[in-house]
Order: sequence, then structure tokens, then C-alpha cells
Amino acid sequence: MTQDDLIQLAYLVAAFCFILGLKWLSSPRSARRGNQVAALGMAIAIGATVADERVVDYTWIIIAALVGGSIGAVIARRVQMTAMPQLVALLNGLGGGAAALIAVSEYHAHGALGETSLGGVAAVSVMFSAIVGSVSFAGSLVAFGKLQELLPGRPITWPAQKAVNAILAIAIVALAVWASLAISDPVLWILVALALVLGTAAVLPIGGADMPVVIAFLNACTGLAAAATGFALGNVLLIIAGVLVGASGTLLTQLMSKAMNRSLTSVLFGAFGGGAPGGGGAARGESLPVLEIAPADLAAQLVYARRVVIVPGYGLAVAQAQHPVRELVDLLGERGVEVTFAIHPVAGRMPGHMNVLLAEADVPYDKLLEMEEANPDFPQTDIVLVIGANDVVNPAARDDPSSPLFGMPILEVDRAEHVVVFKRSMASGFAGVENMLFHDPKTRMLFGDARKSLAQLVQDVQDV
Amino acid sequence: MGVITELVILVLAAWVGIEVVSKVPQMLHTPLMSGTNAIHGVVLVGAILVLGAAAGGTVEVVCGIIAVAFGAANVVGGFVVTDRMLQMFKRRPEPKREGDE
Repeated sequence: MTQDDLIQLAYLVAAFCFILGLKWLSSPRSARRGNQVAALGMAIAIGATVADERVVDYTWIIIAALVGGSIGAVIARRVQMTAMPQLVALLNGLGGGAAALIAVSEYHAHGALGETSLGGVAAVSVMFSAIVGSVSFAGSLVAFGKLQELLPGRPITWPAQKAVNAILAIAIVALAVWASLAISDPVLWILVALALVLGTAAVLPIGGADMPVVIAFLNACTGLAAAATGFALGNVLLIIAGVLVGASGTLLTQLMSKAMNRSLTSVLFGAFGGGAPGGGGAARGESLPVLEIAPADLAAQLVYARRVVIVPGYGLAVAQAQHPVRELVDLLGERGVEVTFAIHPVAGRMPGHMNVLLAEADVPYDKLLEMEEANPDFPQTDIVLVIGANDVVNPAARDDPSSPLFGMPILEVDRAEHVVVFKRSMASGFAGVENMLFHDPKTRMLFGDARKSLAQLVQDVQDV
Repeated sequence: MGVITELVILVLAAWVGIEVVSKVPQMLHTPLMSGTNAIHGVVLVGAILVLGAAAGGTVEVVCGIIAVAFGAANVVGGFVVTDRMLQMFKRRPEPKREGDE
């Protein structure tokens, strides 16, 4: 067996580990093992690559890998669970950037060999990974900035946005054709620069609530860019791994768009939330009655309830309220109250965000119900606590065809006996749509920081 | 390897990917994203090949160094954070209630 055969075999083992790892992610019991198997596969792949006889100079590889790896490890160990969406966006950007850099480097290498134009496969793969990698890099960094609140979270818009983006996209494709037909480094650099601008311009107008879709989409982009570098370098493992990620990202993008009842194109080109319906709705809402409840009264009600459902949203993450919530659940559990969580697919800023936060607070995962499981039980529920969620419980999405949310599947909390909404103020949700649930006669509002409100509530439940 | 063979691999991998990932429950979607994030860090392999080839000029070396650093941060950060998340998923609360009060 030649050395190359051995490397290919190692790649096969690595690909097998990746697939097995993803398969084991289908159950929380085997999921951790799955991630470890995938990491083992990665270690095998990197080991085999380092042994490749084409790799002759190790100095820079070791230095760069040590620097990058330790930065990655430190950030991954320190990050708070509430900041997971930012971290995923950042890591995604790094992967996209790496793919784009490999493409630039490959392109230069073709030129250095004296070639004047790229062949078909090389042209498509190099240009694809340069463009998509750059878009993903810039887009992910903007998403990171928005989630980390370095940039404003609301949609940033400017005149003729779609037209400008379309012109950018056309210019990039034209440059890609040009750069393939006549190899010239400056042309490729302009192309990469324009792709970075496009990635930035595409994500800036997207509002916070659409982040789950955007992050999933950028994840798919980076995966496909990685697969394209596999074609450029003739490396099978890059193709397999990249496509696996591409498939996963695409699937999640679809799921998220469906859960918001919005097409991917409307998320990417829609700039939801900046428009007129928000302003009109909010003005109308101020004149409607809102009933408040004191924590002590709520505590008394909770203790005598049989079934309580908690609906967490991004507000819970912002207030870091997952730990007091768990305390409340434990206290009520001791008094024989059945408490579960109902989790909307797009609650939070990335798919599954709420589950991770609640898992961090030691809430057992069998208490966390998905929307389809939770909805039939609301009519038999005594009290629903809506904590920092808004649009995902807005009955207008079900009842009001004129609402911008209409058609989006919701948690039907208005079918429960009582609803209590924990909210900082009467401000509208990220979609900027008025929520009639807050004015429902069976709804009570508990205003204030969710963490403080819950701490007070825990105190009061202990005193009942 | 011919481009047709590579395309066959691409299609089969996409199929397997969709089959496997569609069985991941909503509860684990964040670890799924960060885990697949780590897997696309496999670009590190490509970056090592680019940087390790001695024939490289300045462009290859500079691009390669940044790509290796990015890829390494992506791989290590992705797997470490996914592991941290997954170890938190527990089925039942620890039975230590009497001791708490």
C-alpha cells in the first residue's frame, strides 16, 4: 500500500466517524459520545494530512494551529450559554474565511505554475469557495456583531438595498468568469472584496428575531464552501464533510423558515420589523387595558395550580433567568404542581437555544416539550407563564389574516385558564407587531426584569 | 480522482447527511449546529495542505497561515463548546431534595 492509500483510508475512517457522530446526535443520551467520535475523526484526518508527503514545512503550520487552537479553546471554555448564538456565528465565519483563503491561495498557485486560465472544475470550485466563503465570513461576523450587541440588533436599511445587492451579485459573477478565463490576482482580490461587501450588506438589514434562520443559512454556506475547496484540492474528505454540514444547515434553514412561516428569500431580502405595521399597532395598543399581577398573588395561584406550563423566550436568555426558573420549577414540583416547558422552534436566537439554557440550569430534558406536543395540552393547563417571549405566543398569527405574523405556527397559550406574561415593558416584539394576548381578560402582566421578578416569585412561593 | 467520482461522493454524502440530520430532535439543534460547525473546520486539512507545500510563494504562505489559524480555532472551539453543552443534558433531576431544605 502506498502512503497515499493509507491517507485515503484514514480519510475514510474520519468520514465514517463524522457520520456516526451525527447519527448519535439523534438522542441526548448518545449525543456527547457522538460529538467525541466526530472529534476523534477530525484528529485522525488532521494526523493523516500532516503525514502527507506533500507537506514538507511544519514550522508555520504548528505555530498557526497552536495560536488558532488555543484561542478557540479559551473562547469555547469561557463563553456563557446565553452567548452560544454569537459563538456559533463566529466559528462559522472563521470556517468560511479559511475556505475563501484556501481558494485565493489555490488560484495564485495555478497562476504561479504558468497557467493562463482555469479549467472547468477548478474554475467552478475555486470561484465558488472564494465567493461563498467570503460572503459567509462577512455575514457571520455581522451576525456576531448584532448578537453581541456591538452592532444595533434592529434591521439597518438604506435606499435601493435590494438593487444594490443584486448589482453586487452580478458584478461578482462577472468577475468570477473574468478571473477564470484570464488568471489575474488583482481581479480575484476585487472579487473577494465585493463578496465581503455583499455578505455584510446582506446580513445588516436582518433583525434579531430572524437570526435563527440566518445562522442556519450561513452554516450551510460555510459547509458548501468547504466542499468546494475539496473539489479544488482534489480532497474527498473535504467534499464529504463539507456536504454533510451543507445538508444539515440547509435542513435547519428550512425548519426555521417554516416555524416562522417565512420563506428564506423573505428573510434575506425582507428587512422584517422596520415597516409601518409596528408603529400603527403600538399606538393602538396603548389605549387598550392591561391588567397587572403582583408576585405574591401569582405565588398563591401557582401553589394551588395542578398544571403549569412555562414558555421561555429570548427575554429569559437576556435576563439570565434560567436559574431562578429552575428554582421555581423545583419548589412547585415539591408541592405537587406539574410543571413543563413549551418551546417554540424559533424561541431565542438560534435553533434549540432555549433547550441549552434550561439544560444548563439543570432542568431535565424530559420536561421540555416541543410545540406539537405542548399545544394540545394548553386547554387543560391552569397557568401559563410566558417569560420573555412575544411573537411566538401572539394569537394574531392564528386568527388575524391582516397580521404580518399570520400563518406562523404559535404556542396556543391563550387556550389555557390563566396566562401571566413576564415582560420588561409594553414594547412590541422583534417583529414590531402588537400582541392582543397582553390585553386578553385572562392575561396578567408582571412587569420588570425577568430575573428579579422570578427571584421575588420564588421567595413568595416559599412563604405561601 | 475523476470529477465524476467526486460528484458521486458529493451526492451520496448529501443524501446520508439529510437522512442522519433529519432525525436529530429540536432539543439538540444548538449542539447540532455547533457540532457541524466543528466538522466544517475540516477546511483545516485543506489549509495544512496549502501551507505545507514548500513551493508556495508569499500569497500561499500568508493565506495558509491565516487559514490554518482560522481552521484550528474553528475545530477546537466547535468540538469543545459542543461537548460542554451536551454534558449538561440530563434526564432526571438529582434526588437530593431533602438535603436542600
